[in-house]
Amino acid sequence: MAVYKKTYRPYDGELTSSWTRFLVIPRFAFEGMRKSRFLTIFFLASFIYPLIAALFIYVKHNASALNLLGVGNANTLISINTTFFLNFLGWQSMLALFLAAFTGPGQVSPDLANNALSLYLARPFSRVEYVLGKMWILMVLMSLMTWIPGLLLFLLEAYLQEGWSWMRDNSSLAWGMFFGSWVWILILALMALALSAWVKWKPAAGALMFGVFFVAAGFGVAVNGVQRTKWGHLFNISALIGSVWVQLFGADPSVNNGGVFFRMPVGEELPPWCCWTALATLCLICLYMLARKIRGAEVVR
Amino acid sequence: MDPVIELDGLEVRFGDRTILKKLKATLTGRSIGLLGPNGAGKSTLINTLLGFHKPTSGTARIFGRDIRTHAREVRSLLGFMPENDAYIASMSGVHFVRLMAELAGLPPEHALERAHEAFFYVGLGEVRYRNLGTYSLGMKQAAKLAQAIAHGPKLLFLDEPTNGLDPPARLRMIQLIQEIRDRGDLRLILSSHLLRDVEECCDEVLILKDGNIAAFCNLEEERRANRRFLEVETRGGVNGAFVEAMEKLGCEAATGAQGRIKLVLPDELEVRQLYQVASDQNIQIRRLNHKRDSLEDIFLKAMEAADGRL
Repeated sequence: MAVYKKTYRPYDGELTSSWTRFLVIPRFAFEGMRKSRFLTIFFLASFIYPLIAALFIYVKHNASALNLLGVGNANTLISINTTFFLNFLGWQSMLALFLAAFTGPGQVSPDLANNALSLYLARPFSRVEYVLGKMWILMVLMSLMTWIPGLLLFLLEAYLQEGWSWMRDNSSLAWGMFFGSWVWILILALMALALSAWVKWKPAAGALMFGVFFVAAGFGVAVNGVQRTKWGHLFNISALIGSVWVQLFGADPSVNNGGVFFRMPVGEELPPWCCWTALATLCLICLYMLARKIRGAEVVR
Repeated sequence: MDPVIELDGLEVRFGDRTILKKLKATLTGRSIGLLGPNGAGKSTLINTLLGFHKPTSGTARIFGRDIRTHAREVRSLLGFMPENDAYIASMSGVHFVRLMAELAGLPPEHALERAHEAFFYVGLGEVRYRNLGTYSLGMKQAAKLAQAIAHGPKLLFLDEPTNGLDPPARLRMIQLIQEIRDRGDLRLILSSHLLRDVEECCDEVLILKDGNIAAFCNLEEERRANRRFLEVETRGGVNGAFVEAMEKLGCEAATGAQGRIKLVLPDELEVRQLYQVASDQNIQIRRLNHKRDSLEDIFLKAMEAADGRL
C-alpha cells in the first residue's frame, strides 16, 4: 500500500525468527555509531598496533627484508613469545576500555532517559535479549580489536614458522588470547551497560567507567599502603585481569606478570582463584545492577 | 463475542501493599475503558497484562492465552502506547518506529514500509525524518500511537492517550482512536482520567478503586436501558398527584427539589401521554430532558461505594 493512503491495516505477513530478533538492536546501534566520525577514526586507529605487530612478525622471518634494512641480526632481538602476545593483548585491551567508555554509555542511557524501555519490553522481547542485544555491539567491536587480530597474528607466526609443531607447542597462546580477551570483553560490556543504566547522563557514565578502573586501583594501593597488605589489589581490575591472563596464557608468573597496562606488581601477586572470584563478583554486581534497572515499569514499593 | 481479557482472581502485591485485589472480570468489548482515581491500579493492571509485573496470585488471559505461561505470545498480540514520554530522542521518528516494528518481529523491509504508513496515518508524515527529541508534546503522543500500531497488533493498550494535548490535538487523537475502533481489526483498552474520552471511544468500561473492581458495565447497554429515562421540571398544581397519576400508568417516579421529577417510562407509554396527564392535573411542564446515566453518574456511584465495590 502506498504510504499516502492514510489508513490503518493489520499486518499478516511473515515474522522474523524470535531467536535472532535481539540482533536488531546491535544493527541499529551500529548504524548510530557509524555517524560518529570520532568513533570511526578511533576504531580504525586501534588497528595500527596489530599492523605493526604483523609487520614485526613478517620482518623477523624475512632475512632479505632485514638485510635491506641493514639489521641482519635483528631477528634475534624480536621474540614472538608469550610476552609479545600478552603485551599485544594489554595494549588492545586498553583501547577496548576506551571504546567501551565512549560507546557503552550510549547504549542503555538514551532508552532509560526517555522511558523507551517499556516500548522494547512490551513486545515479544525479553530483558535478557535486550541486554544481550546491547552487549552484542560492544562484544563485536571489542572482539575485532582484541582476540581476532591476536589470533590472526598467531596464525601468521605459525605460517611463517612453517610447521604445525610451533602451533601445537604454543596453543596456550591462542587459547589464552581467545579466553583472556573474552573475560575482559564481558567485564567491559557488563560494566558499560550497568553504569549507563544507573547514570543516565552519557558523559558521566563514561567518566564513571574510567573512575571504576583508575580510582578503584588507587583506592586499592591506598588500602595496601595503610594496611600493609596486598589484598587491596582486589580493587584493581587491571591487575586482576593481568593475573588471569598470565594463568590463561600458561605463562611463568616469575617472568610475566601480565600485559602492558595490566600487570600485578611483582611480589604482590594474589592467588589466581582470588582474581577469578573478584572478577566474577564484579560481573554479578553488574548483572544485579542491570536486573534492577532494565524493567518495563519501575516498581514503587 | 470472544473475551478479550479474562481476569481470574488477579492479585498483584508490591512488598506489603496489595495493588490489585483478586480481580475477576471478563472483558469482551471492542473498546474497553479503564477508569479510576489516581492509585486505583489502572497502570498496574496494564503493566501486569504486559508482563512487566508478575501476579502474586491468580492470572489473566488475553485472547485465551495465559499471561503467566504465554507471556511472549501474549506480547506479540499487543500494542502499547504508554502514558509517559517514551522515545529515543536522537532517533528520527520513522527510524524509531521501524526499530519497534522490527523488535515486534517484522522483517526490515516490511517494518520500514509500515513505519512510513503509521506516520502518515497519525498525521506526522511530513515530520517523520525529524529527531523525536524535537517533536512537540502532541507530536510525541502521535508518534507513540504510530509505534503502537505499526506492527499490526490485535489488542492496543492506550494509557492516557490525550494527556497534555490541546483541544484540536485531542480531537484528532480521539478521531484516530474511534477510526481504529470502528475498523474492527483490533480491540482497544483505553485508560484515562478523562471520562469524556472514555465515553466517546469505549463501549465497555471497567472502573477500579483501591485495587478492586468498583464497576463494570457495558456503555451501549446502559445507553439502551436509559433511553426512556426522563427528567421533568414542573410548575403549578400538586406534584404528588401528578406522580401518582404517572405511577398508575406504569411509570417509575422519584420527586426531587424545585418541582423536578425523574421518570422511567414503560415501553408502551408515549411521551405525549405525560403531557396529557400534566394537563389533567393542571401542571405546567417547563422542561423535559431525555436523561440517561452518564459515565460520570456511573463513575460517581462507583466511587461512593465505601469499600470500592458495588
